[in-house]
Amino acid sequence: MPRFLVYLVILTFGHTFQVFSSSPAEIPAGSFTPLFGLDKNQKAFRVDAFLIDRTPVTNSEFNQFIKTHKDWRRSQKTSLVADQNYLKHWRADGPSIKQLHLPVTNVSWFAANDYCTWKGGRLPSTLEWEYVAAADSKKADASKDPEFTSKLLKWYEKPSGDENPRPVGANGENFYGVKDLHQLIWEWTYDFNATFVTADNRQDGDKMKNFFCGSGAINANSREDYAAFMRYAFRSSLGASFTVNNLGFRCAYDKKN
Amino acid sequence: MHRACGVVLCVFWISVFGSAAKAELPVEKAILTVPPEVPPPITRTRPAKVVVEIEVVEKVGKLADGVDYTFWTYGGSVPGKFIRVRAGDTVEFYLANHPNNKLPHNIDLHAVTGPGGGAASTFTAPGHKSKFTFKALNPGLYIYHCATAPVGMHIANGMYGLIYVQPEKPLPKVDKEFYIVQGDFYTKGKFGVKGHQPFSMERAIDENPSYVVFNGSALSLTGDNAIKAKVGESVRLFVGNGGPNLVSSFHVIGEIFDKVYYEGGTNFQEHVQTTIVPAGGSAIVEFKLDTNGTYILVDHSIFRTFNKGSLGMLKVDGEQNKAVYSGKEVDEIYLGDESVAKNLKGKPDTTAQEKPGKKLDGKTLYARNCAMCHQESGLGLEGVFPPLVKSDYMYKLANKKDRTELISIPLKGLQGKITVNGKEYNGIMTAVSNLTDEDLATLLTWVTNTWGNSAPAFTTEEIKKARTTIGNGPGAGGH
Repeated sequence: MPRFLVYLVILTFGHTFQVFSSSPAEIPAGSFTPLFGLDKNQKAFRVDAFLIDRTPVTNSEFNQFIKTHKDWRRSQKTSLVADQNYLKHWRADGPSIKQLHLPVTNVSWFAANDYCTWKGGRLPSTLEWEYVAAADSKKADASKDPEFTSKLLKWYEKPSGDENPRPVGANGENFYGVKDLHQLIWEWTYDFNATFVTADNRQDGDKMKNFFCGSGAINANSREDYAAFMRYAFRSSLGASFTVNNLGFRCAYDKKN
Repeated sequence: MHRACGVVLCVFWISVFGSAAKAELPVEKAILTVPPEVPPPITRTRPAKVVVEIEVVEKVGKLADGVDYTFWTYGGSVPGKFIRVRAGDTVEFYLANHPNNKLPHNIDLHAVTGPGGGAASTFTAPGHKSKFTFKALNPGLYIYHCATAPVGMHIANGMYGLIYVQPEKPLPKVDKEFYIVQGDFYTKGKFGVKGHQPFSMERAIDENPSYVVFNGSALSLTGDNAIKAKVGESVRLFVGNGGPNLVSSFHVIGEIFDKVYYEGGTNFQEHVQTTIVPAGGSAIVEFKLDTNGTYILVDHSIFRTFNKGSLGMLKVDGEQNKAVYSGKEVDEIYLGDESVAKNLKGKPDTTAQEKPGKKLDGKTLYARNCAMCHQESGLGLEGVFPPLVKSDYMYKLANKKDRTELISIPLKGLQGKITVNGKEYNGIMTAVSNLTDEDLATLLTWVTNTWGNSAPAFTTEEIKKARTTIGNGPGAGGH
């Protein structure tokens, strides 16, 4: 709870208008079987309780960050920490009015990480992100529900250029009260490139042998895995300085006590 | 200097400066083409460094008439750009992933010697570009495709194409070269269901495609899009199969392949009717056009052609060569062998479906003579075979006083542009002339009074009269 107060204080002093935006969602501890990362003989990971932003970070919020962190201005950044497309959708050093409530994209992992640190938090781990993102509106784990996963696949197969940008929060909230984990943008995770999806999918069999040893996490017969597979594939194509048109982020916070 | 040097000196020159010359390969940009076009033959006699640039584009296109699909493509088409290099060339390959794309992509070229065929080296996030270099060691015709997880889905969405590594001694010159790649597609809705169709992972895993097509669409090689050549010309088809699942039994109706470089390799077989093109494989077929007409390209796993779209057309203009193909010359009544019928007499007939002379009903006649093209449902195949269901074209002809024109269609066949229910068709219907007057009357009566159609009944007399007017000449399909 004290942690949470700290967060509120930061919000209040930093950007008054955001006090009215909803506080992060509390995610209870639980166990989760992700697509990748399990050790031999391990059935699931334990996920500790944590907090996570209800919606992705918007252009407006990110602009607040930049106002106090001049080195993250579009004109200031160096190619080491963000590639040349960094914030390319902004005009000059700020977003247009139309973009204020759209999720911020074209940000590198370094930028996202700095933002979350500034917020008193961090980027969610891939495990945490997948844990929350497995929920649909009714249940905590819908990852085996064909209706849920086929909806996700539909979004993945469509290029972003064909979609109208939508403001954050327009989609309904999931079981945990979190919105827009799917069907809006891709999101950075803290350990985005730690998983072992190689660039050449067909070699994964080798690499995964030690990781899964027949744990059945990759079951080609269940198409629900394909949705997760595509997220892991996307993350593994990234470098920390990369920026992508449809890649944004949200922050997570440790829960004390 | 070179010209002046003697043999010995030249050898010396090459051995000393050969390695330096190697580093200075002439650089050229590859000519890339969209299907069904093929880049021109390479006339160089020395290796070069060839720069190939391909951009991955995710975009909506037509899988069939009225059916949209989100294709993932190499360069905007399915199959992707045709790449032509020469054996011994060094290829500098750039893969760009358009910033609007949602997914990472890469490329595995089967022409590459090295792990993954370039897959790991070209793994590229949206809005980025990768480069790798390989030496084209082996001549032949090779598939390239995406190998990003989930591989099957990337291929199923159209991420494949052909790269031809031309042998140092090129194949003999031909008049026309074309680029054709078969692929199977898996949509949520069945074949022909209109609107935007999402990918169905379930169907893909079950290997139960709703579409099997050439060059990414049931429309890509039909009607005005047919490939064209002239009588007397020689044709070479670079045929590939992207899969992801099915093996193709590639066949051209009415042609025999003079040569097939099977599996896209060096050796050829001669006089081939149908050649196997494996998923992720290829074949080069060659034939000379001896007479005119429309030749139909099919996957001879034939339901794919009539019910899933694997149909293309090669239209050949020029003189008919009657010595090669006459068209229909004789059509007479055949009653069967009476002696065979006698032998069967007395024995219980358990195998025969029907006895000679049995009168068939309209539905059976339709199923045997018409349904292959117009479909059991009468709906035809949009853009290829016109529908008979509520056909305004047929209604008009069937309700005229003189119905000779309609009767002539099954009798002589029909060729050329017609409009049915607002859609244009430009194909060929062959004659259905093995029917008696009585059967034809029954068939026409049934067709013009089924599926919401209506017309006065056709009589045997009417058919007989029309047949006299029309004559028993060759069907239009055979000229």
